[in-house]
Amino acid sequence: MDVDLILRVYPYFLEAAVVTIELSVLTILLGLLCGAAGAWARLSRFALLRFAGAAYVSVFRGTPALIQLFLLYFGGPQVGIQLDAFEAGVIGLGVNIGAYMTETMRGAIVAVDHGQGEAARTLGLSRAQSFRKVVLPQALRLMIRPLGVNINAQIKGTALVAAISVVELTYTAQRYIGSTYKPFEMFLLAGVLYLIIITVVGKGISFLDRRVRLQ
Amino acid sequence: MTETRPFVEIRHAKKSYGSLEVLKDISLTVDRGEIVAIIGPSGSGKSTLLRAINDLDPLTGGEVILDGTQVNKALPHRQYEKHINQMRQQIGMVFQHFNLFPHLTVRDNVVMAPKLLKGISEDAAQKLAEEQLAHVGMLERIDYYPSQLSGGQKQRVAIARALAMKPKLMLFDEATSALDPELVEEVNQVMKTLAQEHMTMIIVTHEMEFAADVCDRVIFMDGGVVVEEGPPSIVFQNPTQPRTRDFLRKHLSQYEKEK
Amino acid sequence: MGLDFSVVPGFADALLLGVLWTIAITVAAAVLSFFGGILLAVIALYAPLLVRLPFRFFAWLFMGTPLLLQLFLIYFGLVELGIDLPAFVAGVIGLGLHFAVYNSELIQTAIVAVDRGQMEAARTLGLSRGQALVRVVIPQAVRDVIPPIGNNMIALLKDSALVSVIGVSELTLSAQLAIGRTYRPFEFYAVAAVLYYFINLGMEAVLRRIERRTQLSR
Repeated sequence: MDVDLILRVYPYFLEAAVVTIELSVLTILLGLLCGAAGAWARLSRFALLRFAGAAYVSVFRGTPALIQLFLLYFGGPQVGIQLDAFEAGVIGLGVNIGAYMTETMRGAIVAVDHGQGEAARTLGLSRAQSFRKVVLPQALRLMIRPLGVNINAQIKGTALVAAISVVELTYTAQRYIGSTYKPFEMFLLAGVLYLIIITVVGKGISFLDRRVRLQ
Repeated sequence: MTETRPFVEIRHAKKSYGSLEVLKDISLTVDRGEIVAIIGPSGSGKSTLLRAINDLDPLTGGEVILDGTQVNKALPHRQYEKHINQMRQQIGMVFQHFNLFPHLTVRDNVVMAPKLLKGISEDAAQKLAEEQLAHVGMLERIDYYPSQLSGGQKQRVAIARALAMKPKLMLFDEATSALDPELVEEVNQVMKTLAQEHMTMIIVTHEMEFAADVCDRVIFMDGGVVVEEGPPSIVFQNPTQPRTRDFLRKHLSQYEKEK
Repeated sequence: MGLDFSVVPGFADALLLGVLWTIAITVAAAVLSFFGGILLAVIALYAPLLVRLPFRFFAWLFMGTPLLLQLFLIYFGLVELGIDLPAFVAGVIGLGLHFAVYNSELIQTAIVAVDRGQMEAARTLGLSRGQALVRVVIPQAVRDVIPPIGNNMIALLKDSALVSVIGVSELTLSAQLAIGRTYRPFEFYAVAAVLYYFINLGMEAVLRRIERRTQLSR
């Protein structure tokens, strides 16, 4: 173990970790947005929307995220989409995780809907009212834990942008492995930073989960 | 053949969980070919005693001896494991909840252990499975999975599985308690057949009628001790102990009502 | 620049070969992750503390870090140790180990959940603890987690695209090679996406069949 080397390069890894955190936050926010839209479409009364939602989920979950990212970043210019690597990373990975979040959110809503929705409707609430006042508040609680799984996956998933040369943790580790020939040290350094991010976020999610469960 | 010592011998069996004494110095013997019922209220220690015989619930004191060999020998771990596996091959056990292996067919439930432990051939295994399943009237279900059987059928297969190891002694732990009433009889029939073949059996049950009908001796346990034992005609008709009378009044009246 | 898919057929052979390699690496890594997962689960549950602790630590490390980072570690780490493996083998090891850790977590939970009566029944027949685990408990635990393990295998297929970065010539790399010759990234990545989509469909069909076949033995 080359401790001197680790002490020498760790500031660069810290900078890269900040980029990983930025990427995580932005892709997760976009993912939640896409997930909400997707779930709404999947549960719509209109067949066309339902089909669009199902197609979104099927296509984005049925193909590798890396290919989606490459298609957007390298293929985008051919169809008039010019993005820098960071932007492509955020949009490509956000829309990708959104497909997984669609299914998470839809699952939670469906789990609540039976019975609860009916009970609200028999009281005379409209479909929208029963959804907003009865189903959604309960579904939101059910979602927290499985969305936590999606979020955990996405934090690690941000590593893919290393393949389009965004200077985040994995890219930095790869570059230093190449220049120092110390794969274990560099892996450990990046790994510890990922673990810190994931553990902190995980604790936050279980705290939130416990809070809403107590209510 | 005259025997100088009993076939099964339990000497000063004690068992406690922390400060809770479940078995308080129990001694009893069972002869070869004898059929013994153990009855008593729940929590009396009857199942614990039965499960101590093959050391599934090890005693905290006392000895269990089968056919001259001590079952619960104090041995170093490795030797003990070897010894107890040998002993258990000679002691069949039937559970309340069947515990059939759901991932194996009826055939494989019966022959898995003989194939693995006795190294019998594929042909011999097939013959053994057919023989044992015919014995319990389950031959036509040989290729089924346990999930496709009724409770009574499962229990009959479980008995065949135990018998396939050719045990010297069979233990039944409330074998019919988990069954719907209409399925009890088919299992009782199989046990009666075994009785006629002079299999040595120790049966924990709360079916008094069956115990009276089939068993040579009835042991009434309560609070971790043997309160009374004797032939069913005496224990059921003329119990000497007040605790036995209390217990029987509750359970026999229930049985009278059912009739 | 516009799109022109007419360049694709010229690379049909290379792309199909890429499909075959993707399937090969997925199957090989899936098999490794399956048996590795069982082995890791048994170690995590039954090995002595001195063995168990380092394994738990590595499991934690593997579950908390990106696959891509692990692939770099394995690829360059093996070189560093003087072990010269073909990229394909390094890719199988990386993917297989990564998913073995995830499978192991599932299998551990399932082993603990197998009814205690199953172990007891096996022991009363005279089976040793090890025999009872191998013959009775583990098969049931594995059967119980076939659906979630199937999901992991689907994820593995899609993550197999990552091994292109360490030079395994599977579908993604085949597409990249074609792009290098034609400068038509959109066309080839789109075609690769469609091919992945169909492999994915095929794999889901196979997994559904396996699930249905294990239904009876519950």
